[in-house]
Amino acid sequence: MSERRGGALWGAALRRLRANRPACLALALLLGVALLALLAPLASPWAYDSLDWRHLAQPPALGAAHWFGTDRLGRDLFVRTLHGVRLSLLISVLASVLSVGIGLAWGTIAGFAGGRLDEWMMRFVDVLYSLPYLFLVIVLNTLVGRGSIAVLLLGVAAVGWLTTARIVRGQTLQLKRREFIEAARATGLPTRAILLRHIVPNLAGTVAVYATLTVPQMILFESFLSFLGLGVQEPHASLGNLINAGAQEMESAPWMLLVPAVFLVLLLVCLNLLGDGLRDALDPRES
Amino acid sequence: MLRYALRRIAVTVPTLLVIITLSFALERLAPGGPFDQEQTLTPAVRANLDRLYGLDRPFLVQYGRYLEALAHGDFGPSLSQRDFSVGELIRQGLPLSVTIGLAAVLLAILAGVPAGILAALARGRAGDHALTALAGLGIALPTFVTGPALALVFGLYLHWLPVAGWERGAPRYLVLPVVTLAIPVAAYLARLTRASLLEVLRTHYVLSARARGLGAARVLWHHALKPALLPVVSYLGPAMAFIVTGSLVIETVFALPGSGRYLVQGAIDRDYPLVLGMVIVYAAFTLTLNLAADLLYGWLDPGARHE
Amino acid sequence: MRSIPVSPEAGGGGAVLELERLAVTFATAGGEVSAATDVTLAVAGGECLGVVGESGAGKSQTFLAALGLLAANGRVRGSARFQGGELLGLAPAALDRVRGARIGVVFQDPLTSLTPHLTVGAQLTEVLRHHLQLTAAAARRRALTLLERVQLSDAQRRLGQYPHELSGGMRQRVMIAIAIACGPALLIADEPTTALDVTVQAQILRLLAELKRERAMAMVLITHDLGAVAGIADRVAVMRAGRLIETGPVASVLGAPREPYTRELLRSVAPVSAPASAPVAAAPVALALEEVSVAYPLRGGWLRRAATLRALSGVTLELAAGEALGVVGESGGGKSTLARAVLALLPLAAGRVVWLGRSLGTLTPRELRAARAGLQMVFQDPLGSLDPRMTVEEIVGEPLAVHRPGLEPAARRAAIATMLERVELGTSLLGRYPHELSGGQCQRVGIARAMILEPRLLVCDEPLSALDGPTQRQILALLAGLRRESALTLLFVSHNLALVRQLCERVLVLYLGRMMELGGTEQLYREPRHPYTQELIAAVPVADPAIQPARLARARPGEPPSPLAPPSGCVYRTRCPYAVARCAEQVPAWETVAEGGAGIACHRWRELSGA
Repeated sequence: MSERRGGALWGAALRRLRANRPACLALALLLGVALLALLAPLASPWAYDSLDWRHLAQPPALGAAHWFGTDRLGRDLFVRTLHGVRLSLLISVLASVLSVGIGLAWGTIAGFAGGRLDEWMMRFVDVLYSLPYLFLVIVLNTLVGRGSIAVLLLGVAAVGWLTTARIVRGQTLQLKRREFIEAARATGLPTRAILLRHIVPNLAGTVAVYATLTVPQMILFESFLSFLGLGVQEPHASLGNLINAGAQEMESAPWMLLVPAVFLVLLLVCLNLLGDGLRDALDPRES
Repeated sequence: MLRYALRRIAVTVPTLLVIITLSFALERLAPGGPFDQEQTLTPAVRANLDRLYGLDRPFLVQYGRYLEALAHGDFGPSLSQRDFSVGELIRQGLPLSVTIGLAAVLLAILAGVPAGILAALARGRAGDHALTALAGLGIALPTFVTGPALALVFGLYLHWLPVAGWERGAPRYLVLPVVTLAIPVAAYLARLTRASLLEVLRTHYVLSARARGLGAARVLWHHALKPALLPVVSYLGPAMAFIVTGSLVIETVFALPGSGRYLVQGAIDRDYPLVLGMVIVYAAFTLTLNLAADLLYGWLDPGARHE
Repeated sequence: MRSIPVSPEAGGGGAVLELERLAVTFATAGGEVSAATDVTLAVAGGECLGVVGESGAGKSQTFLAALGLLAANGRVRGSARFQGGELLGLAPAALDRVRGARIGVVFQDPLTSLTPHLTVGAQLTEVLRHHLQLTAAAARRRALTLLERVQLSDAQRRLGQYPHELSGGMRQRVMIAIAIACGPALLIADEPTTALDVTVQAQILRLLAELKRERAMAMVLITHDLGAVAGIADRVAVMRAGRLIETGPVASVLGAPREPYTRELLRSVAPVSAPASAPVAAAPVALALEEVSVAYPLRGGWLRRAATLRALSGVTLELAAGEALGVVGESGGGKSTLARAVLALLPLAAGRVVWLGRSLGTLTPRELRAARAGLQMVFQDPLGSLDPRMTVEEIVGEPLAVHRPGLEPAARRAAIATMLERVELGTSLLGRYPHELSGGQCQRVGIARAMILEPRLLVCDEPLSALDGPTQRQILALLAGLRRESALTLLFVSHNLALVRQLCERVLVLYLGRMMELGGTEQLYREPRHPYTQELIAAVPVADPAIQPARLARARPGEPPSPLAPPSGCVYRTRCPYAVARCAEQVPAWETVAEGGAGIACHRWRELSGA
């Protein structure tokens, strides 16, 4: 029965999403890139850290040994970029799940409890929000040292939940004031059941949208840290440290900047389009 | 309004204190000290160094001393750049960083808000679609991609502007950094302004003002614009944080001697006093601008003052 | 300069506004939707035309179209002549010389129709300076005169206040002042009283009637309230589904309607005498309230004082099993708070609620949840009180799932189906979601959810106020039927005294959280003792043009003061025409005046009823 009821509302949303051509295109492209990132390193004779001394700093060319060219050390840029995409996607999806989870719990509790607890919880979020999020990661980096994927994940997720928490709290407050929540109390439902049966299901759409919109933020943040040298470290490749390396060589080897930059922008634009499309689909009055 | 301002200030000051305390505690409790990388140190030398910098004292004493020095504007000596105090390093770089940051915010507002207004007024027409798409791209593009890309095009290929360096603040050296930093904020502001103005134009009070025959221009300027700018103003706080973060990238990409790179380098070197000093200065900077945005909000919205 | 020719006789007796075959359509994703078709009507100077119909009948869109105020996707065809000049297709600048200057408009919701960040003075002087080119000082003087004319108390101070600092009634007075500021020949009032309390409605309608008379203005009153039309309109136009179906003088349309639809509208506001069933003699007491008080603490913060809002003070009453008690009063009077206090949905500051001999306050949370099976509630917002992600079956079945978890699925489905039948809904709706239902159907689902456990007490909080007239009547009949079937005790909260009269044997009048008067319905409506009850009953709109204008003319200005700072002594004294010094000094004690719990709290009721 619950499947069917989910079905009708999500079904309408899905129809609207399907009518949104940019979002569909974005989804197709994303799936393509993700598949490529998963499969291509297996198919290519080169590994992300193998050196090809015969081809140092080769420009990209069709039919060449290295399609997208190589870097100064002769490492294949195609493989390294896709390796970076894979790492970026992995970290950002995990960080998104983590941060949406924290944000959902934090926002629901603050919104539903209200009063002083709500005030303090949200002031905490405000303080973090008004600070450059980088501080947190820098402090974390100094704490544990650089290059740990776990620290990176934690640092990225620790920032990502703020927006979700704010939005979920706002929605919970709105829901709490709706009469159907009072009706549930009048029926005799215990608080836990009200939260799980009435509040959380009504938050599902919002959370889905923000989860989708959080992923590109996480990608951006992760590559940003790697760009600064605070994230993924050599010889591992991430879109961020590839772009940094490319920027330093851009006078002599512009492809080293352009290849990872194009992949990063493609990922970000597609994920944003998909998130916006999902939001419009779930909330038709937005558009 | 005065009460509102006092209330906002009363919230800001403790927040700064909390940030100082928290980052101090986190830095000091962290495993690994600044001299860990120098493997050749004998335990005796190391103890001497610790004593010299006060690292052997109890935590609370260190904290108390730090606060006291802070009150006198003294951030202590830098551990990694031993010839300088943290205060000197900050004073060297900060003016440039602040100049770039403020210029970028100003540019973003001047470009983004009017673009958003025009898009809202041209709703559904080609200009609106073009602006919306452009804004979407501007938001999605990270500064560390646009920065090198702009340098590549305007510096290396077209030779219009210098790619890097500073030359004692010659304005042409600041054009690319400021533009790069402003693009995402301007794009976000444009999108926000458009959505918010469209919402306001649908309200009853705009309909009512039109029914009073005040003319389209007067209705827009006098009745619709101020409330439409409220979400824009409340975004200025997060925008400041964004600009500060972005300035780290900008200073790296364009090789500018601002203070942002100290923060990154300090973190890599585990230079406690430097990182702590930078965090406090940047936090004070963003909180002050946040406060300014809050006060502007209160001035725009009489309802917010009463809460 | 292009301008509309003004004929000298316009404004005298000729038509000020003439609509001819006016049609309004909206372009939507699903194709073109018609909002109004073929509307032809005229309004003469000094005349008030009432345009009535249910929501969505196209009343507002017709006149917005004439003023060039349609939404971007709207289109208008036909003709709209104002003082002989065509309005449709007029250049924006020329149109702006008519709007606000020669045609004033008052909209429904006075809170959202005033610009929030501009003071009352700024908005009023803006119109004067823009259209009449007055100097700042002259505009300010004129603004003050206007605010005094619309009987806004403390006019000088109001000029510097923002809309959110004023009450709904005050804001509507400001809207009217702006609309008449430039001496328009036509005033269009679009549902001007809908969002207001009954007492304030009467005051605003009285003001509009006076203004029309004194300025010989033409007026269009768009409303769904036939009582308002009866009070001030000279002629009536009835609209349904975008078409004009009947027009004529107010006396003949309301007195002898030709169209069946008009008769249906009239029936839904017709006064009906009290239910025949007298209170069951010697029925045991089911519900007792003893000195119940509810307070909302308003927390202070940085540099802000904490305060207490006393929403309910010392309410004491008893309800016999099977009895129906109506609770009436203006908004902010504590009606909804009382409803929630009875069901222990909010904490009491003092007093007890005793249900079947047990004080609800002494129950453990678990016991209280179990007790809720017998205490149910129907809410104000039919759609909002249903979880949008649940089907009708899940909503109606939820109380069963909570209180009878052991019930077999088949038995539960049967119970739900039976219940739907009782509220006159087909079982075909079982799989529907709330947003797929009409307002009336939603409210029936809400009632089914409340009734499925066969509760002994049903609390209804304004269950009809969000519904159209004919639907109100149907739901009221349904509630009356359920009462007969199941010996239900009913607490019925409503601001609509006419509806309460049709359902309840006794009525409680609340003002600022205090009991003013309690009595049998017939007695209370025929000879109200408390001055506040008298004011409420005088304000009930009656759809009879023979008596309604005179009733409106007696409406007194005044609105409830802030519940944060209630007046000393008798809280009603600031609005009471009979208040004397004693009323400010002493809180009037509750006096029982007849058996059956009838009582009153007023120092002077004896001398007043004697006079």
